[in-house]
Amino acid sequence: MASREAKDTLARGLGWFSVGLGAAQLAAPGAVARLVGVSPHGRTRTIMRLVGAREVTAGVGTLTRRRPAGWLWARVGGDALDAALLGAAAVRASNSRPRLLLALGGVASAAAADVVEATRLSRVATHETGDGGIHVRKAITVNRSNEETYAFWRDFENLPRFMVHLESVRETASGRTHWRTAGPFGSVEWDAEVVEDRTGELIAWRALPGADVDSAGSVRFAPAPDGRGTELVAEFEYRPPAGGLGAAVAKLLGKDPHTQLADDLRRFKQVLETGEIARSDGTPLGHDVGHQIGRQLKQRPAQPRESGGDGR
Amino acid sequence: MRATCWMGRNEVQVENVPDPAILNGRDAIVKITSTAICGSDLHLYDGYIPTMRKGDVLGHEFMGEVVELGPDVNNLEVGDRVVVPFPIACGSCVQCERGLVAACENSNPNARLAEKTFGHATCGIFGYSHLTGGYAGGQAEYARVPFADVGPLKIEDDLTDEQVLFLTDIFPTGWMGAEMCDLKGGEVVAVWGAGPVGLFAITSAYLLGAERVIAIDRFDERLAKAREAGAETIDYEDVDSVPELLKELTGGRGPDACIDAVGMEAHHHNPLLFGYDRVKQATRAVTDRGYVLREAIYSCRSGGTVSVIGVYGGFVDKFPMGAVLNRGITIRAGQCHVHRYLRPLLERIRSGEVDPTFVITHTAPLDDAPRMYETFKHKRDGCVKVVLKP
Repeated sequence: MASREAKDTLARGLGWFSVGLGAAQLAAPGAVARLVGVSPHGRTRTIMRLVGAREVTAGVGTLTRRRPAGWLWARVGGDALDAALLGAAAVRASNSRPRLLLALGGVASAAAADVVEATRLSRVATHETGDGGIHVRKAITVNRSNEETYAFWRDFENLPRFMVHLESVRETASGRTHWRTAGPFGSVEWDAEVVEDRTGELIAWRALPGADVDSAGSVRFAPAPDGRGTELVAEFEYRPPAGGLGAAVAKLLGKDPHTQLADDLRRFKQVLETGEIARSDGTPLGHDVGHQIGRQLKQRPAQPRESGGDGR
Repeated sequence: MRATCWMGRNEVQVENVPDPAILNGRDAIVKITSTAICGSDLHLYDGYIPTMRKGDVLGHEFMGEVVELGPDVNNLEVGDRVVVPFPIACGSCVQCERGLVAACENSNPNARLAEKTFGHATCGIFGYSHLTGGYAGGQAEYARVPFADVGPLKIEDDLTDEQVLFLTDIFPTGWMGAEMCDLKGGEVVAVWGAGPVGLFAITSAYLLGAERVIAIDRFDERLAKAREAGAETIDYEDVDSVPELLKELTGGRGPDACIDAVGMEAHHHNPLLFGYDRVKQATRAVTDRGYVLREAIYSCRSGGTVSVIGVYGGFVDKFPMGAVLNRGITIRAGQCHVHRYLRPLLERIRSGEVDPTFVITHTAPLDDAPRMYETFKHKRDGCVKVVLKP
């Protein structure tokens, strides 16, 4: 998958550049100041050291994170700050204009590299496939036979019981299904067909050509070791169209489609193993909607509510 | 109904809240006749367990009468008298099938949150933060009990509430602490903490074959109860070094097994050592104070077992892994898999082998919960165990 190679040589290079520059600024603020054309009086050294500390932090952050998009965007902010400082220095007569301009050019090219890399990594971080699509994959073990697990999924009309963003899936003809999404973000519909179907092993489907939402999915079922039921691997791919409809689909999938699929599979397991979805006073719907609206946790207090069980 | 609600650090209030309702087919509603405050409730009270919300109903040790049943509960009837184990378990996942109910894969609706904190999800627990599901607890007049066909144990004879109430948590927890020591007979076992769980660990260690049990605490009334249970005792405030004294008492070997029945809010009488972890915990640099765990590891005989039943919530600082590896110490730990101990321990109560009421020092009406939390927290008035009557 793309994320494996997400932090490529450019991000790594920018990280080491930051660490090196920051270390020099901390160790020899006066020398660096002269190099960029600023006369090194007391306050300049302090500012230079602060900038150096920031550089080291950003560098370490960029090097240690697997997908350092956030740190690179922070670097872009830092670049703007540097440009402002150099600009302020340029109005003082005691400073060297040519050297300052050269330094400004350096900051500008670093900023360009930061923007390019941050943009690319932000895209990877949201699970996009590179051509505007979203791809997610997740595995779970269900304490039921391959056949039973397969059969429950193969009846596509069961899907909305555990996939919260679906309102309904109807079987319209043999192997043909009509999907309709639910939720506060409006509804989107499309038709799909089963493209591969091996009892107890695999179901794969794909949206029909011309559907508003180009989507595909597959579920594989394999025996878990030691009689522990079925190991299931589900994969989903969405290529939402441009414009409003695409935005609606994107909202629907949430900030973190990976987490959403994991939660869906957990509910799938609950329905098959226990016949119901675990619900509590803090999580009356059986799922926390926090991640859909971009929050970590959106819980009610763990205390019964007047309305009883409807969860609204 | 009246319910004990967490209102913030060091604040609980008994409030009027709506009665619980059946939400799922396998639910039951229990009218609570007796409930208790657990030492682990103090970790919530003191604000050390994350993901609490103002208004959360507390309590995971409770029993009572079934007053309503979901359509899918076939093994209980309205009017049954039941003891409710603190872990919520579905009974049908592989973990439950193998008896590891505290690792139930289906009972925690906030599994995602637990997974982020602990790596994998844990079971749901009544009244014990949103990390363990956000379930309302049982220090109240009524409680909703999910998977009621799996957890609740029917009590059919004339045993009193006080005799069976502690099957919900502390008796099985102490028992499992001793069981994890893998006693074969003739061992010396040291137990840190002579609170209710530690006292049951002492009792259980003897029942499982220990020859000597040594209890470590600093409160006279707890040490007295430990002696009642048959233990030798150490007041750690009176000695220079607990590990040194344990060596002296065991011919230099150290105890064969060490049980940590204290957990994350351990206390140390050396103000410098205590201050170090206390400050780090207060500033949230660590979640757990680790003296007891460290001391248990240092004290334990080489090749022995350290059994951890005191609650830890996150990270322990200065963990002596070198001692664990080089001296081949086995560490075992766990939230108690209560369900599998219910019937065997009920049998031991019924036969008179164990009388769990010996830990109780206070009984009070539910409305006194705020005062009893304070009394219990500060161990005033010789407080060891509080039973509340709704």
